[in-house]
Amino acid sequence: MSPDHPHRISTWDPVETSEGAQEQLPAAPSAVLRLPEGAVPDTGQLDIERGDDETMIINMGPQHPSTHGVLRLMLELDGEVVVRTKPVIGYLHTGMEKTAEELTYVQGATNVTRMDYLAPLHNELCFSLAVESLLGVELPTRAVWVRMLMAELDRLCSHLMWMATNGMDLGSTSMMIYGFREREMVLNFYEKTTGLRMNHNFIRPGGTAADLPDGWEDDIEVICDTILARSYEYDELLTGQPIFRERTEGVGAITAEEALALSATGPILRSTGVPWDLRRTMPYLAYDEVEFDVIVGTYGDNFDRYSVRLNEIRESIRILRQVRDGMPKGDYRVQDRKVTPPPRGRIDESMEALIHHFKVFTEGFRVPEGEVYMTVESPRGELGCYLVSDGSAKPYRLHVRGPSFVNLQTLPHLLRGGLVADAVAVISSVDPVMGEVDR
Amino acid sequence: MAVGTVELCFPSRAEYHGAVASARSDGFELCSDVCAVDYLRHPGRSLPEGVTPERFEVVVNLLSLSARRRARLRVQVPEADPVVDSLFDLYPGTEAMEREVFDLMGIRFSGHPDLTRILMPEDWEGHPLRKDYGVGRVPVQFKEAPGPR
Repeated sequence: MSPDHPHRISTWDPVETSEGAQEQLPAAPSAVLRLPEGAVPDTGQLDIERGDDETMIINMGPQHPSTHGVLRLMLELDGEVVVRTKPVIGYLHTGMEKTAEELTYVQGATNVTRMDYLAPLHNELCFSLAVESLLGVELPTRAVWVRMLMAELDRLCSHLMWMATNGMDLGSTSMMIYGFREREMVLNFYEKTTGLRMNHNFIRPGGTAADLPDGWEDDIEVICDTILARSYEYDELLTGQPIFRERTEGVGAITAEEALALSATGPILRSTGVPWDLRRTMPYLAYDEVEFDVIVGTYGDNFDRYSVRLNEIRESIRILRQVRDGMPKGDYRVQDRKVTPPPRGRIDESMEALIHHFKVFTEGFRVPEGEVYMTVESPRGELGCYLVSDGSAKPYRLHVRGPSFVNLQTLPHLLRGGLVADAVAVISSVDPVMGEVDR
Repeated sequence: MAVGTVELCFPSRAEYHGAVASARSDGFELCSDVCAVDYLRHPGRSLPEGVTPERFEVVVNLLSLSARRRARLRVQVPEADPVVDSLFDLYPGTEAMEREVFDLMGIRFSGHPDLTRILMPEDWEGHPLRKDYGVGRVPVQFKEAPGPR
């Protein structure tokens, strides 16, 4: 197919430009396939030129290695060109929101951390912020900064993982090895700090589980220096490489209006040129006390999403260095015995400490009645937590707004008019984590 | 309005779509979340004067990028007729979120283009996030799995 073939342009052309461009954008009918299993698609609704009268439905996934988990796409193809797409999800649905209603607030963090398994600390952070907001507790500054340190490491780690898999999807196996190599450094630091490489349960309502280990400053220094230096190697390997640019530039483009209409957030929205980053626009933790830039793109294509993420790695390193230098002294959790357990040493000496310890871990703590919607900027976008409490020790309802779940809706629009071969690259550039999509 | 403030709003079912439409023209460009809560076993929530509590509540979180603030709309939905207007024509991004609410909570959205199950299998019965839907004890289709106890 020639490069100027109309199908090559994977933007969302409002073909019927009749009345009201505002109404047009959302209603563009032909990118999303809405079709039950086994039905024959109605090609009469299609508004793009086709070479054939018949289209073909091909299932991609759920076991396809490049769908990043158990995502299944029903692709309606006209020859090699993707016409409409239906993302089919739910293969990893384990009812975590229902489970959360059976767990106390103390146990809750272990549950939510398993949602977005590539950025587990952000899930814990969002949940903890929501619980603390209902409780009305004020955290010590050190707890806030430790959380910020871990959240930025999380972003670094998640974006490195994305660089690795995206490289793999585009045929660069070296990038995959490099990405995993660098991620390993961060995971080693996690292991040292939280005891685990994944699903940490480190950020809990009331603070964090433990203080940072001795010598953490040196570890952060090594991580920052190494990864920053290597991020310039990625530039050499991918950014300037003609094959990589050919495969990413202009592929899977989306405009800012479409991204907003489809509720997309995170790197997808920023790649279209909208400078929306909750760390900057609605600061939480102590993000208003550190300096960093919000990275935006221009065209909203695969290449822009790549460069947004690559530069966010560098911005995270910038934040990490400031956190290392500015880390305040103090407590890493609230000293409110109704919320956090007493130190282990106190239990042997004090009956009261023993009772508090027992109460926190058996019954948990009661949270005043109310509802709250708390958001943080996860590596994938706005991670929201809507928490309803009825005054007991368990959440009455916990709803998590997973950024991947919402961002996945942009996929049909990104894929439309592109080639099947580009589909793999486009899926990767959306960066869905199925654990969070299905919950 | 200060940055990061949240406006709470309790429209009735009839006013719901109009209220979201006017919020959208007031600069709430992005609908960040649609979810629902089943208040069946809740001992009593605080609602403003004039709002009759019903079993279900659809909660919509809107975000204004220009004004940097949020708005939350809570709509009471009766158990007997769990239908509300879809926001698809205002924010196409609500398509998947409304499907999720329908799937897990059983609230129907009139005007939605494809109101089918999204997370549960297509032939699933019941809506798992409802409070009267049991936890666990679901017969699993594995060989020699113990039945419901």
